[in-house]
Amino acid sequence: MVTLTIDGQTVQVPEGTTILEAARQANIRIPHLCYLKEINEIAACRVCCVEVEGERAMVTACNNPVLEGMVVHTNSPRARTTRRVNVELILSQHDCRCATCVRSGNCQLQTIANDLGILDLPYQTQLPLGLRGAWTTTFPLFHDYNKCIKCMRCVQVCDKVQSLSIWDVASTGSRTTIDVSGNRVIKDSDCALCGQCITHCPVGGLRERDDTQRAFAALADPNKITVVQVAPAVRASWGESLGLKREEATMERMAATLRRLGFDYVYDTNFTADLTIMEEGSEFLHRLKSGGLVRWPMFTSCCPGWVRFLKSQYPELTNQLSTAKSPQQMFGSVAKTWLAQKLGVEPEKIFCVSIMPCVAKKAESELPTMATEHGPDVDLVLTTRELVRMIRADKLNPALLPEEPMDSPMGTHTGAAVIFGATGGVMEAALRTASFLLTGENPDPDAFRDVRTGPGLREVTYEIAGIPVRCAVVSGLGNTRKLIQRLKAGKVHYDFVEVMACPGGCAGGGGQPISVEDEELYGVRGERLYQLDREAPIRYSHENPQVQALYQEFLGAPLSERSEHLLHTDHKGWSMPNQL
Amino acid sequence: MSRLSIETPGRAQTVLGGLYRDMGRRLSASQPGLCPVDMSLNFLRLCHAQTCGKCVPCRVGLSQLAVLIEQVLDRTATLETIDLIERTAQVIADSADCAIGYEAAHMVLKGVRGFREDYEEHVLHGRCICGLSQPVPCVSACPAHVDVPGYVSLVREERYDDAVYLIRKDNPFPSACAYVCEHPCEGHCRRRMVDDAINICGLKRFAVDHAQPVPAPAPFPATGKTVAVIGGGPGGLTAAYYLSLMGHKVTVYEQRPKLGGMLRYGIPDYRLPQDVLDRDIEHILTTGITVHTGVSIGKDLSMEDIQKSFDAVYIAIGAHTDKKLGLEGEDSKNVVSAVELLRNVGEGSVPDFTGKRVCVVGGGNVSMDATRTALRLGAEQVTCVYRRRVEDMTALAEEIEEAMAEGCQILPLQAPARIEADEEGKVAALWTRPQLISSYGKDGRPKPVDAAEKEFRIPCDYVIVAIGQAIVAQPFEAVGVTTNRGAIQADLTSAVPGAGNVFAGGDAVSGPATVIRAVAAGKVAAANIDNYLGFEHKMRCEVDIPPAHLTNTPPCGRVNLKNRHLCDYKGDFSLLKEGMTREEAAQESSRCLRCDHFGYGIFKGGRSTAW
Repeated sequence: MVTLTIDGQTVQVPEGTTILEAARQANIRIPHLCYLKEINEIAACRVCCVEVEGERAMVTACNNPVLEGMVVHTNSPRARTTRRVNVELILSQHDCRCATCVRSGNCQLQTIANDLGILDLPYQTQLPLGLRGAWTTTFPLFHDYNKCIKCMRCVQVCDKVQSLSIWDVASTGSRTTIDVSGNRVIKDSDCALCGQCITHCPVGGLRERDDTQRAFAALADPNKITVVQVAPAVRASWGESLGLKREEATMERMAATLRRLGFDYVYDTNFTADLTIMEEGSEFLHRLKSGGLVRWPMFTSCCPGWVRFLKSQYPELTNQLSTAKSPQQMFGSVAKTWLAQKLGVEPEKIFCVSIMPCVAKKAESELPTMATEHGPDVDLVLTTRELVRMIRADKLNPALLPEEPMDSPMGTHTGAAVIFGATGGVMEAALRTASFLLTGENPDPDAFRDVRTGPGLREVTYEIAGIPVRCAVVSGLGNTRKLIQRLKAGKVHYDFVEVMACPGGCAGGGGQPISVEDEELYGVRGERLYQLDREAPIRYSHENPQVQALYQEFLGAPLSERSEHLLHTDHKGWSMPNQL
Repeated sequence: MSRLSIETPGRAQTVLGGLYRDMGRRLSASQPGLCPVDMSLNFLRLCHAQTCGKCVPCRVGLSQLAVLIEQVLDRTATLETIDLIERTAQVIADSADCAIGYEAAHMVLKGVRGFREDYEEHVLHGRCICGLSQPVPCVSACPAHVDVPGYVSLVREERYDDAVYLIRKDNPFPSACAYVCEHPCEGHCRRRMVDDAINICGLKRFAVDHAQPVPAPAPFPATGKTVAVIGGGPGGLTAAYYLSLMGHKVTVYEQRPKLGGMLRYGIPDYRLPQDVLDRDIEHILTTGITVHTGVSIGKDLSMEDIQKSFDAVYIAIGAHTDKKLGLEGEDSKNVVSAVELLRNVGEGSVPDFTGKRVCVVGGGNVSMDATRTALRLGAEQVTCVYRRRVEDMTALAEEIEEAMAEGCQILPLQAPARIEADEEGKVAALWTRPQLISSYGKDGRPKPVDAAEKEFRIPCDYVIVAIGQAIVAQPFEAVGVTTNRGAIQADLTSAVPGAGNVFAGGDAVSGPATVIRAVAAGKVAAANIDNYLGFEHKMRCEVDIPPAHLTNTPPCGRVNLKNRHLCDYKGDFSLLKEGMTREEAAQESSRCLRCDHFGYGIFKGGRSTAW
């Protein structure tokens, strides 16, 4: 243990602790911008500078360990001046038009500047103009060179957590900026669109392409029947930036809110999550029994960030992906066929919107393979954050709205579908149904709980009806790369692997609300989803009555010809830019 | 009023003079990977600030050039802008009145012609081709990429064993390098921006002189693969050491009776004592390498046999044969090559030069070694003859200074013309042609040409030729090894194209270079041979690096090593340089700026913990 003094307070912390963390333990907050614990401890912004007695220069608190007897002043006149000037300098190269920024009110730079009471800047504004500040408007990921503060968090998250290294420092000297690595443009890169760079950006330097105005336009169009689906993980997070407690932010409030926004039908992606289990589970059993999983496992296909990753990094394994479309896309194709029939409307009139915790879903919905003769399965994808912005735009207060049921038939779902939003959930839901299909009996719904939260990679072998099923669950693309390398080296063998691109699964998705305190919230959000599963009256996908009705009335059986046509896809029907 | 007064610089001028020196040091410490267009622009601005303002091209033209280059960087220019920059700079170069203007324009021209693609990339894509990839200057400048901030900080903590252990992760010759490395690591040391480069080599010497013997890391499990290394010099032994740690069975074939190559047979003892070299070699051999000395490939063993009986072969034969002057009288008695002289001394067969006059021909480090060795062999007079100027000599400035301080003469601008022999056929004199230093050649150095003066006669008893070394590659040609201009052809990966399991590196491939280059080549070969054999063994080091001190020490003089006080050099081959004192090492190591922690190094590429 090391004993030191911070602002007159004696503090005792383990050796190796940084000054910043030591101060935090003593309830002393040292302002910082670039620091992201264990990921970006590079002292780039110099906002966390403190004065240490006996040292000539100011010392950054985020990346220097405490020393025995150290005397630290976080608010000495010199510390105050240093912090203020460095924030002013950052602001001089930041587009400070907060009124038109998506992160206003949720921006770490804005918070620090406001807290410091910076009312005018002594420095000239310096922003890259013209083409140097330009970014594509059509790609789902948007980078704003003028808001970027070069904290390097995106670079580090993409390197260290996601292992894709899409971002890098570009140019040197006064024109140093953050850009796509290797002098590529984003459209030509192998970006998985996981959106982790967005959720770890302290300012508005990165965001999703904003599609809220397209959504409002569709809602205003009398010739469109707007059908909305809400992904499992959205229910665990959407209330965070609306001031709702997690238990208050129910799907029933969500239904009321979406109806106030003007959606004609409010449905649940969970419905097609249950459907996915029927298709993917049947496909898995078919592949398992036919000996197709001896060398390579079957991979889940519901995470489009993962699909993009696999196709760009290991295209040779594309055939191992389940051919099942993701729940979002199944929803669209069922909505424009079965639902259109049931509602008695022309499929072309249906405008299918999805609310997703995800940026990659925008790209998935735009794939040429994700369409039928009635047009794209899904017409528009909004992230959780965009939904919140729409709710704000209409000044809706969900807390004051009555709880309303979801619409039928596609609002019906099971607990197995809810947990799709957390890492391990797809696997667990699939095992519940696979077990039923193999044994004819429902297993204990919690029989497969070992695949739930835990480290980045979990491996469990279950024996179902005498058949050992080797399962692995992984989230985060860096963890995924390690798993595939081990698979390729022949060091591990699995039958079924669930992959989610974002750490913690969709609960930690790149389209989710952003914590201005840099909290990783996938844990608590995942907990909420498991709670909803526990409380659900039905916990097996195969028992979803409307899914059963869908098969009876329309599809026949899982993997039937019509199911194959509507619910499955050819992952080789499109290419990642680096495959061309 | 007085007619004249003594002029003294004003305060501002004095301070500015200091800033010029600061800037000069700073420029020399520039890190690689900076945007060349941005640097050009800012050099130009500096040049423009020097303009007196009298003439149009310089006063206005340099300013407009700066505007145009700024447009390129701001991506508001077109490709035609680059042409306009070139045209304008050419006119300034042609029409400025004085060097302030035309030299500034020449710099722009060199850039716009030398890295036009960088200009174009900025115009077309608003980007730079370059990229900062080497953030810690000393580590990136070291060919073997030794963790310099790591071991300097360990020296500061007095953890000398750990320092040596850490160095060995990348260089199994810490002792030899501590004495004779040319220390390119110091060239770009960021501390130069403060005062002067850290004496890295001196600190390494302190570490190796004060460390206890440290056992080698445990090797990887035996792979059953066999590797032959031909040549027991620094390159060959480096490859052997790492390959052995990787679990391969290594056999070294050395032509001479002892291992060490040029370190033993080329570098005199007063610079590198044999027992210091033996420390490194003994450590390397503890990893279980089989050694066959006194074996010549091509004579005692055929290369074909070696290639067949080993899974891989590394050729690291160095460059040991001397180049000839090609002059009349070169075959006279007492004309010796420097390589031969130094080798004989290294082997203990010491000629006696007592009372003799010796001429050494050449201006490189080998020439300095020969010069100073001749003095120690008792020569009455040693003259080093060189066809260019002293400042053009390729030997380290330090070596030249020391040779001169020891009493050797350097006779510059004299090109050897012929060797005069006496009636017994022994050297009587070296005739030289006086030279005039003239215009710059393609290599960027001023060329010597014959001066309009008479030939010059230097009476002497010995002529030592030190004008470069060559290799003997014939024995290897049988297995498909090819040579070009006297060097074995090998890829940058050490693989010899078309020769299957044969790899080559070091002086034999690059031409005569330095110890640390040979070590680096051995390291590259070890990694690639390991891969070739189907493995990916990573060399690591578990030493934990001390955290950086919070703020750096204020400007402080660099500690240089001192020479032992000597009155008579004759017969004294004992070590000349004294190591640092503990006090000096503590102070010198505290000057390190820890670029692995402060600056870009903490973000990217600061420390590679494995290779």
